[in-house]
Amino acid sequence: MNSNFLFMGYTRSDVINLVVVLAVALILIPLTIESDYWYASILIPWLCLALAAVGQQIVMGYAGQLALGAAGFMAAGAFACFNLILRVPYMPFPVALMLSGLIAAAFGVLFGLPSLRVRGIYLMVATLASQFFIVWMIDKFGWFKNYDTSGIITAQDIVIFGKPFTTPLEMYLVVVVVVAVLTILAINMTRGSTGRSWMAVRDMDIAAESMGISLLRTKLQAFAISAFFCGVAGALFAFTYLKSLEPVAFDIKLSFKILFMVILGGLGTISGAFIGAAFILLFPVVLNSLGNNVFHGAIDATIISAAEQVVFGALIIVFMIYEPLGMTKLWENVKQRFRFKREPKATLPKPQVT
Amino acid sequence: MTDFLFFIEVVVAGLLAGTMYSLVALGFVLIYKASSTFNFAQGAMVFFAVLAFVGFMELGLPFVVAFFVTIVLMGLVGFFTERLVLKPLMNQSEDTLLMATIGLGFVLEGLAQAAWGVEVRRLDLGIGDFPIPWIIDSTGLFISALDLTAGLVAAVLIIGLALLFKYTKMGLGLRAVADDPGAASSIGIPLGNIMLLVWTAAGIVALVAGMMWGARAGVQFALVDLALKALPVLIIGGFSSIPGAIVGGLIIGASEKVLEVYVGPYFGGAIEGWAPYVLAIFFLLWRPEGLFGEKIIRRV
Repeated sequence: MNSNFLFMGYTRSDVINLVVVLAVALILIPLTIESDYWYASILIPWLCLALAAVGQQIVMGYAGQLALGAAGFMAAGAFACFNLILRVPYMPFPVALMLSGLIAAAFGVLFGLPSLRVRGIYLMVATLASQFFIVWMIDKFGWFKNYDTSGIITAQDIVIFGKPFTTPLEMYLVVVVVVAVLTILAINMTRGSTGRSWMAVRDMDIAAESMGISLLRTKLQAFAISAFFCGVAGALFAFTYLKSLEPVAFDIKLSFKILFMVILGGLGTISGAFIGAAFILLFPVVLNSLGNNVFHGAIDATIISAAEQVVFGALIIVFMIYEPLGMTKLWENVKQRFRFKREPKATLPKPQVT
Repeated sequence: MTDFLFFIEVVVAGLLAGTMYSLVALGFVLIYKASSTFNFAQGAMVFFAVLAFVGFMELGLPFVVAFFVTIVLMGLVGFFTERLVLKPLMNQSEDTLLMATIGLGFVLEGLAQAAWGVEVRRLDLGIGDFPIPWIIDSTGLFISALDLTAGLVAAVLIIGLALLFKYTKMGLGLRAVADDPGAASSIGIPLGNIMLLVWTAAGIVALVAGMMWGARAGVQFALVDLALKALPVLIIGGFSSIPGAIVGGLIIGASEKVLEVYVGPYFGGAIEGWAPYVLAIFFLLWRPEGLFGEKIIRRV
């Protein structure tokens, strides 16, 4: 991580990609898109959930630990952020955001401990404990919710250096900056020695251990960093998208959604998290508008949401059978077909969650 | 004395409620034993089966007919699962299969809701969820008739399955497949048929479990979440052991109730939601293979 902290170790196309993506996100989109709907209902939740999916990707796609509790860590991050801003005077939002990520990371380490002994579905059950425990804890102890009895708490306004960020566009910019910084960090980590250790543990932990990689350190590090990402994502999700804090928003269904984003997007790739998040988020929107516009509401809403579930489930099966590396790999394949003969890129070892 | 009686009552109620978890876990174990697949969709199968059953009843089918039609339907589900999901994924890692069954679970939940709707349905089995008078009279314990029935049904199912495994040709084939699928198929045991049998059996178990849960809590989507609690049960009992599923269910059921009644008040109650999982974590630290499971040996 420290050896190639910024642009060192990157190829020219990496830098070009980065500049293009940032230019689109920070200049093109704010200049061209005016509708608040796009920011508030699509771009902001997409980026927030993609960040959580990056966290899930780190622990599952890179470190190979089948964890299912992303929403729990998101809840921890969201409520930590709320309480930090509420209780600490003059707490700047960016600092609160980072601190809430760290608090979520502490939970990550705690609930990552079972990963030292167990794997696969055993670990999944152990991480489910975190999901249920964290949400229960927030729900039961009034302190976390500032003794609010209505169950829904309005999130504070985001104020950075005295300037409030309240319109959808302003909030979008905040989210983009945070997500961009953390994503670059994640890419750096996965390309550096940290990520190599994760992948070694993923591919065969016993072999990795015999090569001198500390399982304790590597696994707990993956859980901590994953939970950090989820925590920050949860805080952003609550403050910019939901604009309220309610424990039920972070239930097991959200954890499953994030799991699906990672599986469908492609295990072991950061871009997979973004592609998967876009698909999981947009597919229901497309399906709904299809139901409204093509069939003019002739199809019951129940059927549509049921169809959505069937399609997600079936896609998981189809991808598991035909392309376990997900949509990212499909995209790579398409690019490969149109690419002229170039020098073959060095490829990372293929992920296989074991 | 009354304190002690109350404690016994809590434990007994917990044990009997635990048999309901056992029923869900049982279907899980059946499939795991035969194909080393963690069938995450078992919870969805419970929901699917009982919703189908209630749906058939609403069509006017008599109880017994609806029961058997649902069993045939679950057999079909098993057939398609074997053909479309398990067969193409043969020899893949356990985690790949696990993720595929998560997908399968979503498909089943979606199909069930598309076919029969989302509203909560009442299921009346003719067994009340209230204390049985003669038990109160003779021992002073309040024990629900439904709990007791669930316990009896679980016992019957387990004895039936044990007999099936031990004394029939099918059972012998099944054990052979569980031991070594390659060797079993090379001596002519039809793998596909065995899988179909196992999935149908798991479907029947799911239906029975769903009927018990449905009679208590209504036939609704929340059943899927309840079924998740079969996972800690399996961790305690071990994934490959039928007695383990039962004992694990009993342990989870009893400890969950005891913790809720005696420890819960200090934490503001409702710790039932996570207590089983935390219990399972402590169990994992002590015996990762579960009480009755086979020891896991991994090599590089």
